[in-house]
Amino acid sequence: MRARILLLLVGVLSLTACPTCARRAPRDEGGAPAPGSSVTVKGSDTLVLLGQRLAEAYMASAPGRVVQVTGGGSGTGIAALINGTTDIASASRALKDEERVQIEARRGVAPVETTVALDGIAVFVHRESPVTALSLPQLKAIYTGKLTRWSELGGPDAPIVLYGRENNSGTYAYFKERVLEEEDFAPETQTLPGTAAVVNAVTRDRNAIGYGGIAYDSGIRIVAVREDAGAEAVAPTEDAVVHGRYPISRPLFMYTAGPPRGAVKAFLDFALSPEGQALASKVGYYPLPVGAGRVDEAADANPEADTAQPPLLEQPGEADAEAELP
Amino acid sequence: MDELPPDAGRDVTRTGRITADPARLEARRVRRRRMDLLAKAVITVIAFVAIAAVALIFLFVAREALPLVFGQFRDEVTLGSMILPQAWREGAGAIFSWQPVSTVPKYSLAPLVVGTLKVTVIALVFAVPLAVGAAVFSAEFASRRTREIIKPAIEMLAGVPSVVLGFFALIVLASLLQNLFGFTYRLNGIVAGIALGLALIPVVYTVSEDALIAVPRSYREASLALGASRARTAWSVIVPAAAPGIFAAVVLGFGRAMGETMIVLMASGNAAVLSLDPTSSVRTIPATIAAEMGEVVVGGAHWSVLFLLGTLLFLVTLTFNTLGARYVARMRRKMGERS
Repeated sequence: MRARILLLLVGVLSLTACPTCARRAPRDEGGAPAPGSSVTVKGSDTLVLLGQRLAEAYMASAPGRVVQVTGGGSGTGIAALINGTTDIASASRALKDEERVQIEARRGVAPVETTVALDGIAVFVHRESPVTALSLPQLKAIYTGKLTRWSELGGPDAPIVLYGRENNSGTYAYFKERVLEEEDFAPETQTLPGTAAVVNAVTRDRNAIGYGGIAYDSGIRIVAVREDAGAEAVAPTEDAVVHGRYPISRPLFMYTAGPPRGAVKAFLDFALSPEGQALASKVGYYPLPVGAGRVDEAADANPEADTAQPPLLEQPGEADAEAELP
Repeated sequence: MDELPPDAGRDVTRTGRITADPARLEARRVRRRRMDLLAKAVITVIAFVAIAAVALIFLFVAREALPLVFGQFRDEVTLGSMILPQAWREGAGAIFSWQPVSTVPKYSLAPLVVGTLKVTVIALVFAVPLAVGAAVFSAEFASRRTREIIKPAIEMLAGVPSVVLGFFALIVLASLLQNLFGFTYRLNGIVAGIALGLALIPVVYTVSEDALIAVPRSYREASLALGASRARTAWSVIVPAAAPGIFAAVVLGFGRAMGETMIVLMASGNAAVLSLDPTSSVRTIPATIAAEMGEVVVGGAHWSVLFLLGTLLFLVTLTFNTLGARYVARMRRKMGERS
């Protein structure tokens, strides 16, 4: 009996002994799918809702168009793009260098970034907190654990209880980059899944501070943010985010391996069209500023030709980045 | 299985006459033996598929952690940097820090291991007295009817999805305890531990109760005959006699608590602080895996570290569950001999 068990174990081991053959083989669709074929979008949970709304409107706009949108997280979507199992990876953070390298290695083309909307990150405190505005340096000191009591900010003599997002979220990554300037969060920061959970925690904790997507709840107060001590405090209104006056706003991306073509390009063009941008505002994000290398005028001029004319899309993501530089 | 009943191969005809045909008898015997062998083979295969599934899962998880063990991510993380405290800045003291998403990723396991053990211990401290107390009551004091209500009611707790327990802890329990005790951190080790304890009660209760019931009647009768009260009998005779079984229940509960994910993910605050203070926030190993797996770079250092954590967790819970199950089996055997 024992010998038989051993034999079985050896069999099982030999099944797994070949680590590379079971590895995800890159499924390359041979460049771009034909126009009209199905498009898959996978990635950021932040972008799932917008992606689905865009897909619904896009599919309704012409027969034979199929777009599948799934979440799972920015990293999951990018991993799928690396493996060639999705056409578009949606992400609420920029690609990491190693991911860029992997896409180039596995797919043979450089990833292309398309900015589809803007998102503002709000900072909120309990509704009874006397604090109404904070500067970025203050926020940094708070979240890195150097400033630990509300009394140092003109509040009551109580500890500051930190809430934040899980380190798998794009919001976490962006807040860390923009506000903490890549320093680490204080280990005491309690991390919760989703903005709703953070808002919920802050409503129940009068010493709390939290951050997340812009949300409204009677239990919290959204704090206005100043770039630095001398600057004007700006609340995260649409006007302030779109015109870049609110300091903590971020772009939301869709990545493709190589420049988008065919049906993929048609879908991205649709996302950037006035109709797509209107949907972005509808689900709680902000449209891209007018004239940031978008294709709206082109789409207006020739609405049917969206799949046929490659030069119309000038890689809006890159154009955006340039526009932000000065 | 080769022994056939004496009338096998004989057909009783409608008229009651018995016919015996040696050829038919032989054919039937062969058929039966074949069926037996086939059934045995099928059942054996099914049994081994279950074992193979566990083995394969383990191998898959461990394989993803191997590059780390072999030092493939030496620049970013080594086994040493995961275990020993590290000084991350010139002149700064060496610390244990879990900051996997950072310009300099820090993968110290100490905060997670301490956090997991802390929550587990709090859960056991909360659950074991309640569960064992309930088991003593239902095994020794409750009337038959009461017992028939209590036992299924407690075991029903095992059927409550852990996400529901987690949500209850997050919304109700956390505020209640903060108002009562004035905790600085609303979500902390005690809140998570108590919610986790609720999930452990049925595990510990069921096994403890079985152990108490299995104590031979003669023990009880002898103690009562000597003039001991029922309480005294329960405390000094029955519980000590059932101690190995109760211990097994605790060990099984420990294994369950270590691996529980959803409750701690929701109720612990998930801050990776290294502290023995039960009122500080806690980040456990399973919650870390659940929270971080979604966004890691596939095949990267962080990915590998998470799989190493999974391997660790797998080994620990497997060890404790096996130990517990063995104790239970041994106890059943012993009790069987005694009675």
